[in-house]
Amino acid sequence: MNGMLTLRDKLEAGMFAVTGELGPPRGCDGDVVRKKAGMLRGVVDAVNITDNQTAIVRMSSIAASVICMQEGVEPVMQMTVRDRNRIALQSDLLGGAALGIRNVLCLSGDHQSFGDQPGARGVNDIDSIQLVYTANRMCNGKKILHSEEQLVSAPDLFIGAACNPFAEPKEFRPMRLKKKIDAGARFIQTQCIYDVHAFREFMKKIVDMGLHKKSYILAGVMPLKSAGMADYLNAKVPGVVVPQPIIERIKGVPKDRAAAEGIEICCEIIDELKNIDGVNGIHIMAIEWEHRVREIVERAKLKV
Amino acid sequence: MIVAELKLYDEIKSYLEGCSSVLVAGCGSCTSICHSGGLRETESVASWLRSDTGMKVRSIIIERQCDNEFVAEIEHVLSGVDAVLSLGCGAGVQMIAEMYQGIRVYPGLNTKFVGTTHDRGIFIERCRSCGNCKLGSTAGICPLTRCAKGLQNGPCGGSENGMCETGDGRECAWCLIIERMKAQGRLDELYRFTEPVIWSGQVPGRYNWGIGVK
Repeated sequence: MNGMLTLRDKLEAGMFAVTGELGPPRGCDGDVVRKKAGMLRGVVDAVNITDNQTAIVRMSSIAASVICMQEGVEPVMQMTVRDRNRIALQSDLLGGAALGIRNVLCLSGDHQSFGDQPGARGVNDIDSIQLVYTANRMCNGKKILHSEEQLVSAPDLFIGAACNPFAEPKEFRPMRLKKKIDAGARFIQTQCIYDVHAFREFMKKIVDMGLHKKSYILAGVMPLKSAGMADYLNAKVPGVVVPQPIIERIKGVPKDRAAAEGIEICCEIIDELKNIDGVNGIHIMAIEWEHRVREIVERAKLKV
Repeated sequence: MIVAELKLYDEIKSYLEGCSSVLVAGCGSCTSICHSGGLRETESVASWLRSDTGMKVRSIIIERQCDNEFVAEIEHVLSGVDAVLSLGCGAGVQMIAEMYQGIRVYPGLNTKFVGTTHDRGIFIERCRSCGNCKLGSTAGICPLTRCAKGLQNGPCGGSENGMCETGDGRECAWCLIIERMKAQGRLDELYRFTEPVIWSGQVPGRYNWGIGVK
C-alpha cells in the first residue's frame, strides 16, 4: 500500500492509479503469493487477485488477498459468479470485508469447460451485473439481497467490474458498461488493449455518455512475451485482438529480444492510453511476469 | 418435446445381468419423435438383447409413459417379467417404477433436454424448465438455456463472430437476442437491468405434489 492512500482514495482524489494482477498458485504454499506480492509492493496501487482464473482450481482469491495484505499490498479480490451462488457470494463479501479486503471486482468468470474441471456444474445463479448490484445493495443500501432488513454492520467495499470494449456485439458494449455502472460499479478494468485506435473510439462514446464521471476507468494492458503469445491471444482468447502491425513488430526481432520488445510495445500503448479522455488509470495484467511489472511502470512513467 | 438418446448397449446389458425375462418398453410420444424410444429403436434393442443374451425378451410400445392410464395397460404383459427396460424419458421410467413397485425398472435412455426439431434427426435444446419464463423480454430466445453462462444482462466479453467463447459450436445467445431485439426496434429494452432469477421453481422436488387445473 502506498502510504495511507488506498486505490479508492487515489481515484477519488483524481490521481492516476495503477493496478496489477497476481494469480494464486495451484497449491497451498502462501510463500508463492508472498513472493509475487513482494515484486508488486510499492510498484502498483493495488493488485487484482484472480479467482480460479481460466477455471483452474487454485488457492482461493479471498485467502490470497489476505496474504497480500499481510505483505503490505492492497488486494482487489476478484469474484466470479461461476463457482458460488448468491448465498456464498454475499457471505464471502461479508467475510472478505471482515478480513480487511477493501476492493472487489465482480466477474462472470471463464467458462468451466476451459479449465481442469470441465465436468463441473457452473453455478451462475446470478450474473456479473447482478453481483455488482448485490454488492452495492449490501455496501450502500446496507441490505442483503431479497431482504429489507438493515445490516447491523455493512461492508464498505470499493466495487469494480470488467469491460471488454472489443467483444461483440460492439454496439452493445457501451450500454453493457452503463448497466454495470448503474448497478453500482465504481471502477472499471478493461480487457487488455492492443488496438489503441479502437479503444479511443470506444472511450469517446463512454465520455459522450458521461460514464467516466460516474466510474473510474482503468485501461487494461498485457505485455507480450513472444510472437507466439500474440498469435495465441488472437486465435484462442475470445475478445482479444492484437493488430497485425504489433505482431509483425514482435516477429521482426530475434527471439531473445521478443520479451523486451513486448515490454517496449506495452509502454508505448500505456503512453497513449494515459492521455485518452476518461481514462483514470492502467491495469497491468502480467500474470507469471510479476517481476517485470516494476520495469513497465518505471519505463512508462506511471509513478505510483 | 423431451429429447433423449439411447444409452450404449453395454450399459443397458450390465443393468439386466441375471434377469431371465425382460420387457423393453418404448414410448409413443417424445422419444418416438426424437428417434430414441420409438417402435424401431424398441425392436432393435429387444433383438440385440435376444441375440446376445439368453433372456426372454418381449417388447411393447406404451402410448405415453408419463401417463398412468397408458402405463396401466401393460399390466397384462408383466407376469413373469424380472425387469422393464424403459425407452421413455426419466418421467416415463419413474411412472412405470411407481406403478409396478415390485419390478425393477431400468432406463434405456439418457434424457437430455426440452427441445425442438432443428432438422431431420437433429434436435436442439430450447428450454430448461426454470419455472419462471421471461422469454418475452429477450425476443423469444432463452439466455438461461442458450447462453453457456446463463447470463441475464447481456453478453460476456467472450463472444466472437457471433459465436460463444466455449468454442463448442454454439452461437452466442446474446448476439442473437440483440440482433432480434434490434430488428424489432426494441434494443432499448435490453438496457434495463434484469434482477436475479428466482430459481425456486427449479428446486428439486418443487413440483412433487403437482400443479395443474382440476
